[in-house]
Amino acid sequence: MTPDLIYGATGIAVFGIGLVGALCAQDRLRRVLALKLCSVGAGFLLLVGAWREPPSTPDPVPHALVITGIVVMVSATAVALALIRRLQTLEAEDEH
Amino acid sequence: MIAPLVIFDLLLALTIVALAVAVLCLRDLFAMIVVFIIFGLVSALAWVRLSAPDVALAEAAIGTGVTGALLLKTLHHLRYVTGRLGQNAARGLTAMAPVPVAVLLANAAFCGLITLGLAVAFLGAPAAGPGFEGLVAQAMPQSGVEHSVTAVLLNFRAYDTLMEVVVLLAAVIAVWQIERGLSEAPAPVMGVVWQGFARLALPVIVVVGTYLLWVGAEAPGGAFQGGAMLAAVGLLLLLTRAYVPQPGHRGLARGAFVLGTAAFCAGGPSGGQRGPRGL
Repeated sequence: MTPDLIYGATGIAVFGIGLVGALCAQDRLRRVLALKLCSVGAGFLLLVGAWREPPSTPDPVPHALVITGIVVMVSATAVALALIRRLQTLEAEDEH
Repeated sequence: MIAPLVIFDLLLALTIVALAVAVLCLRDLFAMIVVFIIFGLVSALAWVRLSAPDVALAEAAIGTGVTGALLLKTLHHLRYVTGRLGQNAARGLTAMAPVPVAVLLANAAFCGLITLGLAVAFLGAPAAGPGFEGLVAQAMPQSGVEHSVTAVLLNFRAYDTLMEVVVLLAAVIAVWQIERGLSEAPAPVMGVVWQGFARLALPVIVVVGTYLLWVGAEAPGGAFQGGAMLAAVGLLLLLTRAYVPQPGHRGLARGAFVLGTAAFCAGGPSGGQRGPRGL
């Protein structure tokens, strides 16, 4: 039982949960969050791939990739949330 | 006998999975966002266990902090809109036609298949082959910094990071365009305690953010994490009404964003060419 096995399984589970949420959730905010869960799961898998037994240092390239991914995901989330706010306002005005 | 750290890892992993399920199952949207923020922080802890403190800092500051602030702002806006217009789509739930059970089951089975494929690929992958660490260690003297993750981000793979900054700029422009003419929900009024807290916290956050930026050269830390801390300062200023946005300042803000990207363009490629070809 090493950390890479444990957290690899965690990453796969989180990715799967996020995928189910992104496809099956009913409200928009939850779908965006589910996609974010997917990205965290993918980050887990990349970091597990970079992990080495403690005396040796981990591979820095996947680490940089995950940091890039986090920043890109925040940008995408910001745009998605702005779209949600706009949609909600338009729908509310329609119903009124 | 199981080592205590393995027990800790197992508990942490179970907590992460349980929190992920809770994010999808909680009905109250505010509780969902709070659980999501806890999920992000606990995953950051797990990433420290995977000896990736840089990534953990980025996830805690950007992936959880900034995203959490954006989510709470959206929820505030949704509640304001639904409350003001008195429409029945309470709690931000959009009124959609109910999905047939068969479609839901098919979707879930599809997700299960993909996840299963991922698990097979993960277990079948060759055990920890040589990665890029040797190449990076060789090229470290050329990079001018002492911390390998910073070297990869800002020197060897500078074009990646440049595109990342451009994506950030594009997102800011898109959000500004989408929100143009959108009636802004008034910010909640902050109490006296909150004002005092902000006054105490502001200098500390500025110092920590600048320190993260500076220490990135030799230890975990870095530009994006420090930048997120400094963004928190801006948010606090806005929330405490220490700075009220004026229409005249909008052009200034736009200029600052474009200038930041241009500055990275100018500095980035010169560093990028010093990186080894293998990366």
